[in-house]
Amino acid sequence: MNSSGQAASTEQHLRGLLLQGLAGDSRAYQAFLQALSSYLRAFLRRRLAGLPDEVEDLLQECQLALHNQRHTYDCAQPLTAWVHAIAKYKLIDLLRRRALREQLHEPLDDELNIFSTADLDAAEARHDVEFFLAQLPPHQRLPIMHMKLQGLSVAEAAVATGMSESAIKVGVHRGLKALARLLGANG
Amino acid sequence: MKTDEFVAMLARGNTRVAPRTVEHRFVVGIGLGTVVSSVLMAGTLDIRVDLVAALGLPMFWVKLGFAASLMLASLMAVLRLSRPGMPVGRTPGAVATPIAALWLLALATLFATAPDQRLAAVFGATWVVCPWLIAMLALPVFGGIMWALAGLAPTRLRTAGATAGLLSGATAVLIYSLHCPEMAAPFIATWYVLGMALPTALGALLGPRLLRW
Repeated sequence: MNSSGQAASTEQHLRGLLLQGLAGDSRAYQAFLQALSSYLRAFLRRRLAGLPDEVEDLLQECQLALHNQRHTYDCAQPLTAWVHAIAKYKLIDLLRRRALREQLHEPLDDELNIFSTADLDAAEARHDVEFFLAQLPPHQRLPIMHMKLQGLSVAEAAVATGMSESAIKVGVHRGLKALARLLGANG
Repeated sequence: MKTDEFVAMLARGNTRVAPRTVEHRFVVGIGLGTVVSSVLMAGTLDIRVDLVAALGLPMFWVKLGFAASLMLASLMAVLRLSRPGMPVGRTPGAVATPIAALWLLALATLFATAPDQRLAAVFGATWVVCPWLIAMLALPVFGGIMWALAGLAPTRLRTAGATAGLLSGATAVLIYSLHCPEMAAPFIATWYVLGMALPTALGALLGPRLLRW
């Protein structure tokens, strides 16, 4: 069986279990959550590569959300789309909370934690940023990656990307605005 | 807690979920809100005295048709927005169509009106109060829809809030039409739409705060 055929049969199997669960069959429902957890864990681990300690907590948070919102599943809707939307919502929520917390904590512990693992922190922060950056179009993402993450000048970034200098400036400006929007309170 | 134990605990808490729970919440929320708004309208504004005569005028039905089609379109949109992973489909177009049609009618009316009468057609006699009264009548319905949404799972909170506001605005327009004596399309296209825009903006503002889950 090819991989898309396999995905389709998994979808069908899980959907059947969920529908039985919604009808009141707790054993089918437990099998649904159980079977789903390995897929969800893989999904979350890929996206939280910089935060391995968060994966299991977020997995449980997603499962709780799936459970609490199970009445919002429309049986005419692909199960994958429903699960994915809930997991993505919880993932973004976590990244946003972390970004906020790190902002708040910065002034408090900058002296005390001078020997903290700066390397790891940078990797985590960078990972969060890259998650959101990946959602921008290339003409905004590339200028930001070259100028803000790698520290190139406008001219160097223009050479590296083959874009004009004014396109680099506009891309950085609009891209940062779009990032702020993604990180902001908007859902 | 280990994830397997957690799953077992959730499964023990499973009960049968009634089908159409989502639709049911909206029926309750919109229904209660509409009752409160209607009582508010009848109590503070009075139904227009010439209502029976107005039933024979096409423009009265244009107003009702506008409000009803916008209600239906925004209800479809908000139903979709309340389910994770459900695409909005054609609902944005369905929402835009009645507004665009009303604006076209207003432009055609203005075009056919004598130039010195055009301002009067836009401002009518009640433009100062009209948008505020519509927004006031929308509030109870808005509260009902936000209650319904708060028990569901919108993932686009600002859009969901704004659509809830628009739906409450369209419902308020339907109720307000039974009171408002204004019959000129340019008036409706300006002040009714502005009246609906107020709860829509409120919803966009409150959505991200009130609808998180």
